[in-house]
Amino acid sequence: MSRILPHPLLTLALILMWLVLTRASLGHLVLGTAVGVGAGLVYARLETGPTRLRSVTALVRLAGVVALDIVRSNAAVAVLIVSSRRHRKSGFVEIPLRLQDPTGLALLAMIITGTPGTAWLEHDRASGVLLLHVFDLKDPEDWRHLIRTRYEALLLEAFA
Amino acid sequence: MTGLDPLPLWLAVPVALFLVLGSTLTLLGTVGLVRLRSFYDRIHAPTLGTSWGAAAILIASLLSWSWLQDRAMVHEVVIGVFLLITTPVTMMLLGRTALVRDRAKGSPDVPPPAGSRSD
Repeated sequence: MSRILPHPLLTLALILMWLVLTRASLGHLVLGTAVGVGAGLVYARLETGPTRLRSVTALVRLAGVVALDIVRSNAAVAVLIVSSRRHRKSGFVEIPLRLQDPTGLALLAMIITGTPGTAWLEHDRASGVLLLHVFDLKDPEDWRHLIRTRYEALLLEAFA
Repeated sequence: MTGLDPLPLWLAVPVALFLVLGSTLTLLGTVGLVRLRSFYDRIHAPTLGTSWGAAAILIASLLSWSWLQDRAMVHEVVIGVFLLITTPVTMMLLGRTALVRDRAKGSPDVPPPAGSRSD
């Protein structure tokens, strides 16, 4: 069982998604199952280690915060591109992270990429330092504070 | 006569608004990609199109098709989730490639790799 289905939930979710996206039929059930089982096997080889979700409420709160931030930063960057202010300064910011969990880091990468104006460039596994590029950089300390209190704290709460 | 005729006005207005919002943001992102100077500035611009640009267009599609086909459509949600998951991969690939190249050239504007710092 576990050798063919190392991640039964992932496989099940993919089969369901396949059936919802196509017109459900026996043929698509077979095809979706093949995709789901295959993806489960591939995912097992990535060896991400077990992820323990500690708090769902923290994730829900995070989703709310991020949705708001995406709207706000979209507006901010759109305005910056239109006005093309001459004195806008972009630059690099280094942020030491306490977050170690790979799933948590993946989520943080999605958040940072999803909010225009910040780009995730590099994360050093050994030292935990994240290198960001910020489109409109006024004070690097502000960004360190923002990422650590707004996103990282909730992610640390959500993942063990 | 278009396929959108059965759409009532109260639904057509938000659909149109979301479409215009999404396409404007995406257009702005591409304009930024052309106009900005440095590589690192440029990778910010297209994220307008992959975040709210795409989200607004998907919401418009979701609204109109849920009405026309008389059932909730999940395709848009799946597209949104996949966009959210896959853009960081491209972004990191491009960003790190630029970093490695600039470091190899000895560019002074780029911070050194985290392992090699003296402090």
